[in-house]
Amino acid sequence: MSILLDKNSRIVVQGITGGEGSFHTKEAVSFGSKVVAGVTPGKGGVDFDGIPVYNRVIDAVEKEGANASGIYVPAPFAPDAVLEAIEAGIKLIVCMTEGIPALEMVRVKKVLKTTDSYLIGPNCPGITTPDAGKIGFMPNFIHKKGNVGLISRSGTLTYEVINQLTELGVGQSTSIGIGGDPIVGSSFVDLLDLFENDPETDLVIVIGEIGGNAEEEAAQFVKEKMKKPLVGFIAGQTAPPGKRMGHAGAIISGGKGTAAEKMKAWEAVGINVVENPADIGTKVLSVLK
Amino acid sequence: MKIHEYQAKKILKDYDIPIPQGDVADTPQQAKEIAKRIGKKVAIKAQIHAGGRGKGGGIKTASSPEEAEKAAREIIGMNLVTHQTGPQGKEVKKVLIEEALDIEKELYLGIVVDRSKDQEQPVIMASAAGGMEIEEVAAKTPEQIIKVGANPVGSFSAYQGRKVGYGLGLDKSLVSKVSRIVEMLLKIFVEKDVSLLEINPLVLTKDGEFFALDAKMNFDDDGLYRQKDLKELRDLSEEEPLEVDASNAGVNYIKLDGNVGCLVNGAGLAMATMDLIKLAGGEPANFLDVGGGASAEGIEKAFRILTSDKNVKAILVNIFGGILRCDRVADGIIEAASKINLTLPMVVRLQGTNVEEGRKLLKESNLKFEVAEGLFEAAQKAVALLD
Repeated sequence: MSILLDKNSRIVVQGITGGEGSFHTKEAVSFGSKVVAGVTPGKGGVDFDGIPVYNRVIDAVEKEGANASGIYVPAPFAPDAVLEAIEAGIKLIVCMTEGIPALEMVRVKKVLKTTDSYLIGPNCPGITTPDAGKIGFMPNFIHKKGNVGLISRSGTLTYEVINQLTELGVGQSTSIGIGGDPIVGSSFVDLLDLFENDPETDLVIVIGEIGGNAEEEAAQFVKEKMKKPLVGFIAGQTAPPGKRMGHAGAIISGGKGTAAEKMKAWEAVGINVVENPADIGTKVLSVLK
Repeated sequence: MKIHEYQAKKILKDYDIPIPQGDVADTPQQAKEIAKRIGKKVAIKAQIHAGGRGKGGGIKTASSPEEAEKAAREIIGMNLVTHQTGPQGKEVKKVLIEEALDIEKELYLGIVVDRSKDQEQPVIMASAAGGMEIEEVAAKTPEQIIKVGANPVGSFSAYQGRKVGYGLGLDKSLVSKVSRIVEMLLKIFVEKDVSLLEINPLVLTKDGEFFALDAKMNFDDDGLYRQKDLKELRDLSEEEPLEVDASNAGVNYIKLDGNVGCLVNGAGLAMATMDLIKLAGGEPANFLDVGGGASAEGIEKAFRILTSDKNVKAILVNIFGGILRCDRVADGIIEAASKINLTLPMVVRLQGTNVEEGRKLLKESNLKFEVAEGLFEAAQKAVALLD
């Protein structure tokens, strides 16, 4: 098993004919993902490596049975692409686009909350279920099927951690990068809930970073609802206040959102927090034993 | 992006929010003329991108144009140190000259995008404790902050104004005035992709009028692509020059105070690398994310920026190759290092796609690198190079 993305996922790629969309579609297909359609408004009718391209997401749903979407369109058009996928009834929407204005995400979230669709991202590396496929940027070679779930606000740090696990022989059920923006589609809490109920996930790794209070909200959820063990790391222990550390959401404001506060909140609810990111894999091994 | 108080007030004025009569001056002579035009007691306020100016000596009052000139002479050119500038302070280049008001009451009014799960929308905040920092009020007396969500998506409804006005304990004759200000602030917030808007204090004068006595506006960098007018308001002299160079090169760079420079792909891994340097007993000199793609040009520019910080005594390169192959990264590093004649000691840690080929290239190059395999090992080696 896994969460959100599984063998029944039929993926439509929005922005399939663009540079990123086409490159990552090929990668995803070689990983074993079932990409059943592409959407590029105005290019409907063409064929991309044997994958039919449509003008509208609804066509991909009705003609190809698409139920998951990967979005690789530029920031000015991405909110519209997400709304279109929601409206077409797509249940898993993964948006890789970086640079969407926060107020646009406010608008998208208002709509999203009225539906049962899950949005991952934006500004995220995507989602991978090792034996079922992937949507997004994660490198193909790092994954191994197994029983550890992973939720992270970061990109390359996530690859680093997955690679650490795989090299130690620890496989993953599903790995998800939720994105580095102030407002993202799915939070730690949304996904922890799914992992807690996934029979094939035995442990969850959470990788947070400075800024906002998503980690504190996760702590509350872990305290009240979770029985499975967790291992956690917070990036940005040395970050100065008031500066945006690459991610739009990674900023310490008014003394709030520091790594120290978040680590404390996690430790208080029994998450196995590591100070050193090089120790995440070994920590997981020792907790699983 | 941050802007100055005088620029924020200009925007407020464009939206009919009352501000004190005044103008901005670059010289004491201009300050004198502005004070003369105002014709009454004035305040002279240093224009820098930081709060706490009053305590640092950056705000003075004057009863005559001559006094205003003298005060401006003292402030312009001064190095103003506040709790927000850091110990190095900021040089004052402009002052705002404004009429002094007869103040009855000071209030706080602000709007921010609240990221918490039950909000995820712009939230209006108001407090009767004007002049105090809202973080301080929130920590000490959170019950004194009135919060109203702007739902749906920053639109205004009259109840929001009433919630603020009556919540502040204002007389009903004043509630409609403050409500109108809330409405206009929301309009600014949404139309200009603001991320933080504060009027602190919003003052009520003895004759029953509201004025924005101070104003702070930060903008969402991700919204700037559709806010062409705002770009002109950016004051590059307020920013760290190396950070400006970096952003022009598409590299995310933030200067810190340590001596181990680091070059990393990805923001999360870049923060984690800083943390590792600290754990290994060193101090990071910077945050630097060359981006997930890390092109050869990006790496070269990143090296130039890193090495122009004279505090840097050792460099740690930490790249996780995904789609980007490590052999390409190694080529980029070797080329950049020879081009800019890099002499600083350096540790390179590559991991990911084609890592063996990448490490081989580094070992065979004429340049001196220490190669590390483990994540923590890399940081330890870099710190050891300082001796």
